[in-house]
Amino acid sequence: MDILNALILLLNYIFIPALTYGSQLALGAIFVTLIYGILRFANFATGDMMSLGTMVTILFTWYFQSLGISLGVLPTALIAIPFGILFMIIYMLSIDKFVFKYYRINKSPPVQLAMVSIGVMFVTQAVVRIIIGPSDQRFFDGEKFIIKAREFKEMTGLNEGLALKSTQVITVLVTIVLVSLLFWFLNKTKTGKSMKAYSDNEDLALLSGIDPKKIVMITWIIAGILATIGGALYGLDKSFKPFTYFNNMLPIFAAAIVGGIGNPFGAFLGGYVIAFSEIFLTYAYKKFFMYILPESMEPESLVQLLSTDYKFAVSFSILVIVLLYRPSGIFKGKVL
Amino acid sequence: MRKNLNVIAAYSIMMVLIILVGVFQSWNIALSIFNMCLISAVMTMGANIQWGYAGLINFGIMGYTALGGLAAVLISVDPVQEAWSAGGFDILMCLWLIIALVLIIRFILKNFQKSKVRTYAIAVLIISGILLIRFTAEPGIEAIEDVNPAKTGFLGGFGLPIIFSWIVGAFFAGGLAFIVGKVALGLRADYLAIATLLISEIVIAIIKHEDWLTRGVKNVIGLKRPAPYEVDLQTTDWFINLVEKFNSGKLELISNLSDRQAALNQLVIEGSSVFVKLCYSGLFLTVVIILLILTQKALYSPWGRMMRAIRDNEEAANAMGKNVVKQHLLIFILGSAIVGIAGAMLVTQDGLFTPGSYRPMRYTFLIWVMVIVGGSGNNFGAILGGFAVWFLWIEAAPIALFLINFFTAGMSETHALKLHLIESVPYFRFLMMGIGLLLIMRYRPKGILPEKIEIK
Repeated sequence: MDILNALILLLNYIFIPALTYGSQLALGAIFVTLIYGILRFANFATGDMMSLGTMVTILFTWYFQSLGISLGVLPTALIAIPFGILFMIIYMLSIDKFVFKYYRINKSPPVQLAMVSIGVMFVTQAVVRIIIGPSDQRFFDGEKFIIKAREFKEMTGLNEGLALKSTQVITVLVTIVLVSLLFWFLNKTKTGKSMKAYSDNEDLALLSGIDPKKIVMITWIIAGILATIGGALYGLDKSFKPFTYFNNMLPIFAAAIVGGIGNPFGAFLGGYVIAFSEIFLTYAYKKFFMYILPESMEPESLVQLLSTDYKFAVSFSILVIVLLYRPSGIFKGKVL
Repeated sequence: MRKNLNVIAAYSIMMVLIILVGVFQSWNIALSIFNMCLISAVMTMGANIQWGYAGLINFGIMGYTALGGLAAVLISVDPVQEAWSAGGFDILMCLWLIIALVLIIRFILKNFQKSKVRTYAIAVLIISGILLIRFTAEPGIEAIEDVNPAKTGFLGGFGLPIIFSWIVGAFFAGGLAFIVGKVALGLRADYLAIATLLISEIVIAIIKHEDWLTRGVKNVIGLKRPAPYEVDLQTTDWFINLVEKFNSGKLELISNLSDRQAALNQLVIEGSSVFVKLCYSGLFLTVVIILLILTQKALYSPWGRMMRAIRDNEEAANAMGKNVVKQHLLIFILGSAIVGIAGAMLVTQDGLFTPGSYRPMRYTFLIWVMVIVGGSGNNFGAILGGFAVWFLWIEAAPIALFLINFFTAGMSETHALKLHLIESVPYFRFLMMGIGLLLIMRYRPKGILPEKIEIK
């Protein structure tokens, strides 16, 4: 029984939150890695693009709520997401047309493009803050829990409760569907394969008749989809605050690089690597040991490797270690 | 004279703008903008040395600034004796442990062949070392943080004049840059940018949460000043006489004696804060001028030529027998040290250290906007960038307010859109920065004052 309690404890406080957080990071990391692989620059506007997508989704959600449209137990935001995606695709394509295209045609060094993306970051952040303000916004509605901790306890008779939020399930399900669609697209369709070819060797790809304009356009469209869904899922699960989204850019970068930048599958796994290690290293295991150890050996301290204040620092340290020992990432980057 | 015309013109415009603020808003605001411009200029010079001279991207400006600020705290605050006696021993033990750990790792790295076993051994050593340090430090840290937590709760500093911290800050930042440079300088440009950004976040996390050293988010307030205090000035005779003499024309117009005294008091109060700010301006200006002379000399020295050669063609410079790795590390340390000075200056001016206020937007990306806008590779450009961008950063809100009122003049005062826009005025500065950066990158990629190297 104690072992079961301990397992439920880990499931409740480590596994489920990390899986959710990891999925949210993974979507962002694939976004970063696609831009890096095909457009060849580090996009510092990632976090703010995600927050813009989320903001549009929120505005549509509020509009639908005011019309009285709802999905019952599911959050209304799910109907708003497609509209957010549509907006973000238009936004991404126009940003590309007015800003990034010029530097791509002039074959500017990646550093210059990264600087330009900082300009885009400033503008996007300003737009989000001007329109919706810098404060916390909650836009979740519908049924909050699938299993409540108390119900679970009554059901099983265990000491530890297991709470399963509906947003957690939605996040994981949507991520699975989206990522499998994406990998199917990249690996099986002709356009996807030509994207791969373009990422591997631009000149060779151009010689074999691949249209770079189309590749770039599709990359931005996918980026728009990923940014909106990734951002909206994060906002649903936690809450929407522009500053948090800007900060999330850092673990997202870490995930993309740890997974091998330019490699979408690596980025996908990288998201989970970062999320799990953040939560593993900062969780206080006291209660866990209380269940599995005999009473005489129970620990007195919290048995916490690092305090939760260092949550972000964990992912950055992992990144630094990876950069030192395996700069191409755990899963060998640049192979899209 | 002729060829420097654009430099002179640009600086005159900047000065006129600041004077205009003084005339139309107040001299207090103008001087505080001017002081922050000077500090920004120092930061930009640091970043410019790295980016303009050597082509190294350092997105860790925030971390070095914070370390400079930490130096200001550690130098100027009086030591907290109780805390030292409560937990000082444990902390010193930890320090020795860290030194021992580093020495052992160095020893292993030097004396054993590179192999998997060595890598794992070092990893095990580091992890067990960290655990050991945690166990030794824990009781000490708790004891220190329990000493009067509302007021101290940290070890304090050395109680020296705060000016020394400007040099110590440079050493702190340079030391961090040495470690970061050893770790990250081999990386490609954009990887380097990301790595330095993330490392600076780690530094901030440590400063924020190690309360025994920095008081963390509880902030350190009331630091010593290198300049006199306003309250003291207001009661000093020579200062009152000075203000009286300065404003004699204005005062004589007032015939009533008590009115005149009241007016004088008002002027003294205003004058004292202007005077304090002028003191800071003098100090900061000295630093900027010294740094400017040094960096200009360096730029035109054989060393500067070598750096440009390395920047423009690393392989060729390497083939000519220049040690590229070593020079990169050196310039990375120098640039970061300058940023450290700026960090200490900033805390000196504010008189308080707030770890929570170090955010990448303000202390990394904004500084980079300054470098790019001003002109990378040109020290005069970098300083101008610091001035122009900071000026815009502060004055963006009034400008935005003016524009909003202008464009929504037709709407009623209570129109929802107008109220919403006025409420979000502070965020227009991000918009202006972004648009400014994009325009400069597109139409004047070398900045307002581009790099100009004369071969003498």
